[in-house]
Amino acid sequence: MSICEPAPCTGYRISAARSTSRNRFSIQRRMYPLLLAVLMAPPVAAVSPGFGWGVPASPEDIRANDYLVTKDGVGLPPGGGTALEGELLYRQRCEKCHGSLGRGASAEELVGGIGSLSSENPDRTIGSYWPYAPTLFDYIRRAMPIDAPLSLTDPEVYAVAAYLLYLNHLISETQVMDAQSLPRVVMPNRNGFVPAFP
Amino acid sequence: MTRRKSDVFQSSRPVARAERVTRRLFLKQGLAASSTLVMPVVGIGASVSQAPDTPPPMKPLTSPGLPFSNYGQPSPHEHRVIRWISANPMAPANGVSWTPLHDLEGTVTPNSLHFERHHNGVPQLDPARHRLLLDGMVERPLQFSLDALGRYPMVSRLCFIECGGNSSAAWRRQPLQAHAGYFHGLISCSEWTGVSLATLLAEAGADPQAGWLIAEGADAAGVSVSLPVPGIIDHALLALYQNGERIRPENGYPLRLVVPGWEGIVNVKWLRRLKLASEPLMSRYETAKYTDLLPDGRARQFSFPMQVKSLITRPSVGFNLPGPGAYEISGLAWSGKGRIHRVEVSVDGGKSWQSARLQEPVLPACLTRFRAAWRWEGVPAVLVSRAIDENGEVQPSRDALLAARGEHSRYHYNGLVSWLVRGDGAVEHVYL
Repeated sequence: MSICEPAPCTGYRISAARSTSRNRFSIQRRMYPLLLAVLMAPPVAAVSPGFGWGVPASPEDIRANDYLVTKDGVGLPPGGGTALEGELLYRQRCEKCHGSLGRGASAEELVGGIGSLSSENPDRTIGSYWPYAPTLFDYIRRAMPIDAPLSLTDPEVYAVAAYLLYLNHLISETQVMDAQSLPRVVMPNRNGFVPAFP
Repeated sequence: MTRRKSDVFQSSRPVARAERVTRRLFLKQGLAASSTLVMPVVGIGASVSQAPDTPPPMKPLTSPGLPFSNYGQPSPHEHRVIRWISANPMAPANGVSWTPLHDLEGTVTPNSLHFERHHNGVPQLDPARHRLLLDGMVERPLQFSLDALGRYPMVSRLCFIECGGNSSAAWRRQPLQAHAGYFHGLISCSEWTGVSLATLLAEAGADPQAGWLIAEGADAAGVSVSLPVPGIIDHALLALYQNGERIRPENGYPLRLVVPGWEGIVNVKWLRRLKLASEPLMSRYETAKYTDLLPDGRARQFSFPMQVKSLITRPSVGFNLPGPGAYEISGLAWSGKGRIHRVEVSVDGGKSWQSARLQEPVLPACLTRFRAAWRWEGVPAVLVSRAIDENGEVQPSRDALLAARGEHSRYHYNGLVSWLVRGDGAVEHVYL
């Protein structure tokens, strides 16, 4: 059994794993010499070492699956938007749950509370609590609006993010948010997090 | 004849059973019987000589029972043992459902009662089409079908998953009066089986410089979190099975990242992507949420392992002790950092403590059942449990936790939980 551990065995799957259809790890005693020979053989070119049941993912495969935007804005797509453009979208797509001006409805508050975190009544919002602005793009694109995630175009996501930053007095109404400007928005709570691990 | 424990600890919620008993009593023995009820004594080895509502001995059936079933269901008599759902009516797919810890025994949670925390609903994924992408700082970016993952050697881990927001009501200034499971039940325990993370990372040729693993789900909330590779590489697995069967849709079907002992959110359900990176993503789920705001305005982040904790489940809120006598106190203890070493139980609000018996097996990052014998004298008593893990970490009092973390932490409550057994046998949640 121990020779079937996922150690650096190269290509043994060809004999061992397919040797029996019912139990690929029960290797007949008579197969040990054959198996050892395979294990000692040089790696099979162009096949990953180990088991090799995965298939290569092409850059296209990865791009088609990629919604990640890092804290520094890596992954932000082309396009841009302003708070002026975002206001109408917000009213149409967000206000029902998040309230007019980002407060006062069933979903959480998005605006205000800056400077309140150490007070008796801390108010955790985008403006007061979120440390990085590109996270807004990452999250809105993948998760909002809650009844139709991924339905906003990239410029629309930028515009809504701009509107929320504007409501939090962090940018002006006409400032374009895009892949260059969004990472440069200084969030008030940028240095507010202390890692507890390890 | 020994009565079943559940007949003694009558939970207030399964009213039907209590009513049935009372009605039967009344019909059989008349009104006088209810006022001369003999108090049953059970659960600690003592047997009851005469319980007035003991039914006559069971006779075998005289006709065939029901036929076979392809997939079993609980008895219809257990229909009140349910997950309680708390969700936002405006967004009903965003919320939780709670494991009814107060109705369960042992340590393994039935799959149908495993707690849920969905940020936007349960995806209905076709396993034939689902793929896991493994990319980033690897030599060979790879995709895996479910069939491919199923060919790898597998490992099983019996462990709990606890939501970082479990017990959050305990941060409130007034003790919430709810069944134990309906505010501490965002924890469940299962045997998870799948492929070890280390195996798959080796397949792709992980760069040793990649300190973080970003995991993403396929749900409509696009849950994405960052995990430190050194902290998880030895114990994380890509789970395909839960308690022997394929993972339930609400628990991540067909593929879930399981990091034993670490907070629920990082056990990403409906896993569709793993990406190795040099830095954490700082997603909403690891900054705006699941972080603990401290009194000075800073916030604890990445508090991955769930801290040592325990809870008496029986008796607890909703139970009514029918009278003085011997009872068993039963509860659950756990630590995300290892095994439970000891659980102490107090029946006087923490003035004195006795060690509870730990039921085997006692496993790391797993629910551990503890039991303690108790004779209730019929006067008010405050029941508390306190767990200590193998690292010597002690479950803190609520006051100590508040002193360290303030009132606005919101997540990661692991303080003591206290139940007042009133003179009339009803149980209330109290703060010490």
